[in-house]
Amino acid sequence: MILAVAEQREGTLNRASWEAVAAAQQLAARTGLGPVRIAIAGGEVGGSAASLAEADAAEVVALEAPALGAYTADGFTAALAGLLATDPPAFAVFAHTYQVRDFVPKLAARLGWPLVTDVVGYGEPFEGRPAFTRHVFQGKLAADVVAESDGPCLVTVQAGAFQADLVARGASPAPVRRVEAAVEPSAIRQKPEPPFQEAKQAVDLSQAARIVAVGRGIKEQSKLALVEELARALGAEIAASRPICDAGWLPLERQVGSSGQTVSPKLYLALGISGAIQHAVGMKGSRTIVAINKDPEAPIFELADYGIVGDLFEVVPELVKALGKSA
Amino acid sequence: MKIAVCLKQVPARDTQPRVNESKTWLREQDATFELNEPDAYALEEGFQLRERHGGEVVVCSAGPARVAQALREALARGADRAIHVEDDSLASADAFAVADALAAAIEGERFDLVLTGLQSDDQGFAQTGVVLAERLGIPHATIIMEVAVQGDRVRVKRELEGGWFQWVEMPLPALLTIQSGINQLRYATLKGIIAAKKKEIRKVTPAAVASRQRIVRLRAPEKTKQTQIIPGPAADAAKELVRRLRDEARAIE
Repeated sequence: MILAVAEQREGTLNRASWEAVAAAQQLAARTGLGPVRIAIAGGEVGGSAASLAEADAAEVVALEAPALGAYTADGFTAALAGLLATDPPAFAVFAHTYQVRDFVPKLAARLGWPLVTDVVGYGEPFEGRPAFTRHVFQGKLAADVVAESDGPCLVTVQAGAFQADLVARGASPAPVRRVEAAVEPSAIRQKPEPPFQEAKQAVDLSQAARIVAVGRGIKEQSKLALVEELARALGAEIAASRPICDAGWLPLERQVGSSGQTVSPKLYLALGISGAIQHAVGMKGSRTIVAINKDPEAPIFELADYGIVGDLFEVVPELVKALGKSA
Repeated sequence: MKIAVCLKQVPARDTQPRVNESKTWLREQDATFELNEPDAYALEEGFQLRERHGGEVVVCSAGPARVAQALREALARGADRAIHVEDDSLASADAFAVADALAAAIEGERFDLVLTGLQSDDQGFAQTGVVLAERLGIPHATIIMEVAVQGDRVRVKRELEGGWFQWVEMPLPALLTIQSGINQLRYATLKGIIAAKKKEIRKVTPAAVASRQRIVRLRAPEKTKQTQIIPGPAADAAKELVRRLRDEARAIE
């Protein structure tokens, strides 16, 4: 049995859940280790379970307890450990969300099972064991990873690596089974407060038709003027990778990537951005991607439609000039 | 307040790793290493908490002999002492093996707070801190933007996805994984470098290092797209790029 573990907040299913379901279905097809079951945990998850039941699955488990109403690492670890230990799957597949990152390593440690994180695909099996592909060394290399044991194994899949629209739908809804989670409220040490958003974002990069994004390659804050000039010539918004916002050179609201905004403009021009996974997940859906980087090995070139290997301080002024002429 | 900061030494960001003969790890002898940048933010957070609450900052790392250099760097930035769990097999070990090694070395010290970076720039498991918390039997929270110690409790601001945040409170001792960029990093001064030479690095030999997963093949990432690399001097390449963006991709008017 392969278990896909979905995620919800206040009854709303996290979209990445469908990617975990797709990944679990594909793993079952490759390994013959099906059927696929789906689990969803929370205070009251009937609505989420009902929509998950549309997927082609043997069963949807609604794992409920009042103590799971607000997410805590201790509560979710206890609930899932109980479910998984009772009926161990060959693999349990999660989406690599912030919540999963917060508790699933603890769950794996509690169960004593391996955990392969941030998987982007499946490799050729190795010595009869399924191999999981993940990016290492900042996306510069891909690694095929296998568990050291034949027992159950936990897997998390990277956002966007498995397409939600490839989820196989069932002919009729899968049965939903309600399971009372064994969670002792007094054993939960974290006291969570309600989630909140900071001041409304003034810049909505997701609506921009063109984006010029800048990364570490810009080296100095004063050089940002060059980027601004190019953005003006293109009629583009300015965005940045995390290090630029961390340094305070551009506001956080202009950050693209796993902890910033996700964008899919007509044109995404990446200047001096290496293309680490954390950035790539926020921009790889762009229609046309251009990379300008002096390092020919930079992973950004794997994503780009057009690339110039060169010094951005030489190329960008020439681009501004060329755009001026073409207008 | 007794604070442990766990850090890792990783291949330098601006170098391309070369793969070893068996294609299971990089050629260590060709690589240059540096302090894992996310861990530098955990270290700085440790310093700031020490400034506010007193106590000591102890840096801990599990890895081969080369790791002593990263610990020295942390001592030069201001850590009080260091613990080095030394074993060659820890270089490519998984998060469980590293967390086991760290847990065995630090549990006797009874730290009030254990800090780690968000994840490492080499294997990027994003697991070690959380597994370590489970091993130490202490509560944890991840991706932390702000830390407020209040008596025997700590209140932290967690980053959630899509611009959401959340405050979470828990009793000490606790483990936190620190989000990069939450503070301004300080670097070693000459005085710090000299002082670091006199600071203690306690060496610990781990019990058997047992990873639960291993890399069986390392390779170049698959191309998802056919990238057209535009060659030539900057001026020519720029002109050609504008032409293709306008005529082929129709991404500009």
